[in-house]
Amino acid sequence: MKRLWRILRKKQNFICPNKTNGICLKKINGSMIPILFIAPSLIGVSIFVLIPFADVLKKSFFTSNGETFVWFHNYFTVLHNDAFRLAASNTVKFAAICIPLLVVISLLLALFLNTINKYRDMGKSVFLLPLAIPAASMVLIWKLFFHENGLINGWIEGLGGGSIPFMTSNAAFWVLIGSYLWKNMGYDMILWIGGLSSISLDLYEAASIDGADKVQQFFFITLPNLIGVLFMIFVLSLLNSFKVFREAYLVAGEYPHTSMYMLQHLFNNWFTALDIEKLSAGAVLMALVIFTLILILKRLWGEGD
Amino acid sequence: MLKKQTLKWLFLFVLMALVLVPLLMLFAGSFMGLEEVIEKVGPVLGGNSKTMAKVFLLPDYPTLRPYVELLLDSPAFFVMFWNSIKLVIPILIGQILVAVPAAWGFAKYHFKGKKVLFTLYIALMLMPFQVTMVSNYLVLDTLHLLDTRMAVILPAVFSTFPVFIIYRFFKGIPEALLEAAAIDGANPLQTFLYVGIPMGAPGIAAAMMLGFLEYWSMLEQPLTFLKDKSLWPLSLYLPGISTNDAAVSLAASILILIPPLLVFLLGQKYLEQGIQAAGLKE
Repeated sequence: MKRLWRILRKKQNFICPNKTNGICLKKINGSMIPILFIAPSLIGVSIFVLIPFADVLKKSFFTSNGETFVWFHNYFTVLHNDAFRLAASNTVKFAAICIPLLVVISLLLALFLNTINKYRDMGKSVFLLPLAIPAASMVLIWKLFFHENGLINGWIEGLGGGSIPFMTSNAAFWVLIGSYLWKNMGYDMILWIGGLSSISLDLYEAASIDGADKVQQFFFITLPNLIGVLFMIFVLSLLNSFKVFREAYLVAGEYPHTSMYMLQHLFNNWFTALDIEKLSAGAVLMALVIFTLILILKRLWGEGD
Repeated sequence: MLKKQTLKWLFLFVLMALVLVPLLMLFAGSFMGLEEVIEKVGPVLGGNSKTMAKVFLLPDYPTLRPYVELLLDSPAFFVMFWNSIKLVIPILIGQILVAVPAAWGFAKYHFKGKKVLFTLYIALMLMPFQVTMVSNYLVLDTLHLLDTRMAVILPAVFSTFPVFIIYRFFKGIPEALLEAAAIDGANPLQTFLYVGIPMGAPGIAAAMMLGFLEYWSMLEQPLTFLKDKSLWPLSLYLPGISTNDAAVSLAASILILIPPLLVFLLGQKYLEQGIQAAGLKE
C-alpha cells in the first residue's frame, strides 16, 4: 500500500517546504489522490448525465431519424412553437412571482420566530413539517380546497361572493403558488434563521448605543448581512420551484389549464409523443438558460467556494 | 412585556394552525367511511356541481374501514410499498458510497479545474428532471436497463446534490486535524476514513434525510422509466382516484406520509443542519 501511495505522489513535482518526521505537510497539489476520491462520482455522472447530454446536443442538430443535418432548424421550430412560448412564459412567471414571495414571507417568519422565546422550536417543527409530506398525499386535500365545489369556494359563497373556478381558470396559477408556499416556507425559514444567527449581536448593541432604532437596525445591519444567504436561498428556491410540477401533474394531469402549463408539462408531452427534435432542442435551451442564470448569480453575489 | 409575548404566542399558534389544517383534514378524512367521504369530499371528485364540499376536522362517523381495506385487502398497496423501499434504500446506500468520497475530494484537495468541475456539479444539481430526461432515457435504453429498478436507482445514486451538502460539512473540518493525522502517519485514505467520516457524520446524516424525503415521493423518474406497473413505488399509487376509492385514498395518503414523517421527527436536527449547510457559508 505504501509503495502505491508513493508512486501516486511521485506524479507531482513540488518541493516540500515543511518536512516533519519525513512527512510532507504542505497540501498535496496536483496529485492523483483527489481524482481517486472523486472518480466514482465523476464516472457515474459522466455516464448518466454528461455523455448522454452531449448526445442530446448532437441530436438537436439533426432530424429525428438522425440522418439529415438541419443546422438550427429545430431550435427555430421550438422557439416559434406556441406551446413552448406558453410553457416558457408560465414557468418564468411562476418563478418570478413565487420566489420573491417565498423569500420575503419566510424572512418575516424567521424574524418573527426569533423574537419569540418559548415556542420557537415547536414553531420550527410545524413550519418545516410540510416539507416531509409527499406531494401525492396532499393532492386530494388540494383538490378539496380548490375545486369549483371545494372548500374555499364554499367560504366565498357563504360570504356572498361568486365562486372562483380555481382549477379551470387563471386562478389555477395561484393554486400552484399556494401549494409551493405551503411546502417550502419552512425550508427557506430555516435558511434565514441560520443566516440571522450568524450576525453578531454586538453589532446591534453598538448600533443601539449610537441611537439607532429597531427599524434602522434592521435596514442597516440585518439586511446587508443577509445578502450572502439571499443568493443561496434564491438558488435553492428556484430549484424547488421546478419541483412544483409534481403537484401540478398529480392534481391536474398532463394537460392542465393553460395558466398552469409549464415547461415540464411540455417536455413530458413531447416525450410521450416521441418528438425527439423538439425535445432535444428544448432541453438544450433550458439547460443553457439555467446554466447562464447560475453563472450570472454567482458573479453578482460573488459566492466564494 | 408579558402581554406582548402572549400576543406573539397567539399569532404563532394561529399561523401554525393554518399550516396544519390541511394535514389535520387529511388525517380526519382518512377515518371516514365511504358514505361520509362522498358527502364531504365527493362533490370535488364526481363533478356533481350542486353541492359543495364541507369542512371537517373530525369525522362525524369515525371508522377504521378505509385502513382495514387498505392494509388487509389491497395487495397492490403492499407491493408498491416494498417497491418504494427497494428503490429508496439502494439509492441512499449508493449515494453514500459515491458522494461522500467525492465531497471529500472537493473539500480537502485543490487541483486544476476544481472550480469548473464544481460549478458543473452545482449546475447539474439545479437542472430539473425534464432537461436530462431524454438523455437519461437513451442511456438507460442502450444499457438495457429500462423497466428495471436500476433505471431509477442508478441515475439517482449519481446525483450531485448530496455531494454538495456533504462538501459543506467537510469544508468545516479544520485543516489542523488533517495535518495532525498526517503527522501521526495516516495516509490519505486513513485520514478520510478515520477523521473525515466521523467528523462529517452529521452532514452525511443530513444528506441522507433530505434524500429520503426526496426519493420517497419522487414521481417523474418512475413514471418515465418504469413501464411495468408492478415495479411502481408508492408515490404513484394515488394518481388514479375515483369516487369509489376516495375513502381508501385518504387513508393511503396518510400511510404514505408516515415513513417520511418518522424520518423527519427523528432527524429534524440533522435536516435543519443539512438545509443550512446547503444554503449558508460557514
